[in-house]
Amino acid sequence: MIGLFQDLVNWVSGPTVLFTVTTVGLLLAFRYTQVWSKRVAIWGFSVLAVLYVASMWNPDFLLIVAKPDNIPITGVIFLVLFFTWYAMYQGIENDRRRAAGEEIHEKKESDKVWVWPDLVYTEMLAMVLLSIVLLVWSILLAAPLEQPANPADSPNPSKAPWYFLGLQEMLVYFDPWLAGVVFPTLIIVGLIAIPYIDRNPKGNGYFTFRERKAEIVIFLYGFLILWCLLVISGTFLRGPNWNFFGPYEYWDVHRVEPLLNVNISDFFWVKLLGRPLPSGGLFAALLREWLGLLMVGAYLFVLPVVTSWPREKFPGFLRWLSLRKYYDRMGPTRFYIGVSLFLLMMSLPIKMYLRWAFNLKYIVAFPEIFFNI
Amino acid sequence: MLNRILDPIRGAWKEATDSQVWASIFRHGKPVSNRNRALVMMSNVFLHLHPVKSRKAGIKLRYTWCMGGITFFLFLVLTFTGLLLMFYYRPTVEYAYADIVDLQEHVPLGIMRELHRWGAHAMVITVWLHMLRVFMTGSYKPPREFNWAIGVVLLVLTLLLSFTGYLLPWDQLAIWAITVGSNMARATPLLGTEGPLSASLTLGDIALVNAGNDARFALLGAQSVGQPTLLRFYVLHCVGLPLGAAVLMAVHFWRVRKDGGISGPM
Ligand code: HEM
Repeated sequence: MIGLFQDLVNWVSGPTVLFTVTTVGLLLAFRYTQVWSKRVAIWGFSVLAVLYVASMWNPDFLLIVAKPDNIPITGVIFLVLFFTWYAMYQGIENDRRRAAGEEIHEKKESDKVWVWPDLVYTEMLAMVLLSIVLLVWSILLAAPLEQPANPADSPNPSKAPWYFLGLQEMLVYFDPWLAGVVFPTLIIVGLIAIPYIDRNPKGNGYFTFRERKAEIVIFLYGFLILWCLLVISGTFLRGPNWNFFGPYEYWDVHRVEPLLNVNISDFFWVKLLGRPLPSGGLFAALLREWLGLLMVGAYLFVLPVVTSWPREKFPGFLRWLSLRKYYDRMGPTRFYIGVSLFLLMMSLPIKMYLRWAFNLKYIVAFPEIFFNI
Repeated sequence: MLNRILDPIRGAWKEATDSQVWASIFRHGKPVSNRNRALVMMSNVFLHLHPVKSRKAGIKLRYTWCMGGITFFLFLVLTFTGLLLMFYYRPTVEYAYADIVDLQEHVPLGIMRELHRWGAHAMVITVWLHMLRVFMTGSYKPPREFNWAIGVVLLVLTLLLSFTGYLLPWDQLAIWAITVGSNMARATPLLGTEGPLSASLTLGDIALVNAGNDARFALLGAQSVGQPTLLRFYVLHCVGLPLGAAVLMAVHFWRVRKDGGISGPM
């Protein structure tokens, strides 16, 4: 029974299943907003906490979770879940009030109060509590110190600090120039750009979901799935050789996973046409990669334009592609920048699924100049 | 019975608060009247980061989660414990590791390293949560766009502070984490030896970008993580980045006030 359950959890934690399940779960939670209730939260957290604690009896689970530097990741799981719930709960509560013609919570408390004592005491209490937590944490748990540095002996797996494991996870799907340089830059630029792209005047200064659906869905998808989930799975589920291991699996250094990844150019030239890849010179390289270049070009440069078209221009089943509503509201500059940033963000899950479905390695591959996408 | 114990204490407290010393430090009476509540906020350099009065909803825990404040407090804790660590730690390949061992085993009250490390982890998490709160309340919307941008830079600085600090214990965990992290710089377009298009930067037939001068080299001060890296990260970690973060925090708090205090519905 327990064995079966552990196998199930191991299976669910596999990159493909875990990513899909959490994404679908999140989207469903946005669709059926009644799940952000106190009842569901209490049940959910209890089940998760009990499972978590019970899992400590599994030696493989304990080994990873109890690593001193991994303790904060447990914090990430519970804190991020809790605060996401808390924000959504308050937002939906406010939406309900609005719909019922009542005042939202933040509006009801618009009167001004003295900062001494109302705020200063809260801050003081927060400082005292936090100090206690830190002291207890520090007394109970020694900071890790491994063997002295030895440049000749690289541990397996070698992991970046935990908050960068999302980026390291991206390395599975993208080359370092994208995963380590371009995407981090885009994340920073994209975050800074948010207030300048999002011109929705509603939902400024109070929790709400209904008045800012698109913004919240996109942001939380990026924050929860593309960032936090990758950090968590990078910490707990990636073992030697960056292979995947379920939470109840032993980290076997000798496990070998065959890598049979192929490029789009291979699909087209070798598999489809049954010819060798064109070779020799720049022109041949461009010819070799034409399909991938076309796909990337269409994705990054044609799609933003196409989505700005009015609905009538699309055949019925493609109507959902029209984001004209947003184009009209945001104006061309904001729209194109916003859509481009969104597409760049979505290129990560797209590449992930392409990898899982077709073993696709590169869409565009110019290894000669380290330009692989 | 209880009063027998408490009365002298009350007396001493009254004596102290009536004294010339007290009056020279706190230039107003106890904050029990509204006038004094205003004065206490205005005459204290730390408290005056706050306004005198604030909208009720904005100072509630349910709204801000106090997350920005907690982040700032953690920053202060880290500054303080970091200072103590600097008394013992020498950033050289020869001594660094041994100094860390000493810190944990021979220095009295040897939990400074723990406080510093766990505090740093906690700060990374609270910055994320603070950002989540600010996003979910739409607090980045006008007029607070720029403060959001400053916040993003603070987020990056927090991560870089944590990253540079990770190297300093000079153990296996440290150098390999930094090696993995910094290897990516090699792939910087144009500026890394293995970055797209870098090879096209040539002067005659000399490649301009090589392992001895590319982006990764600039980060590490060497071709692999070594003494120059340790010194570089130490200086950034103890001086450069905290200074930058402190300045930006000052701007951040200033802007919270100037943008109309904690956000709220119109
Ligand atoms: C070292 C990091 C940071 C510190 C110490 C800090 C501190 C604070 C504090 C104390 C406040 C007052 C309200 C509150 O506590 O929520 C605040 C507000 C704010 N912070 Fe930060 N913050 C940091 C990082 C960030 C980040 C990463 C962002 C966003 C990306 C951000 C954006 C904002 C904005 C827009 C406000 C105004 C919120 C409002 O008026 O409701 N900050 N910050």
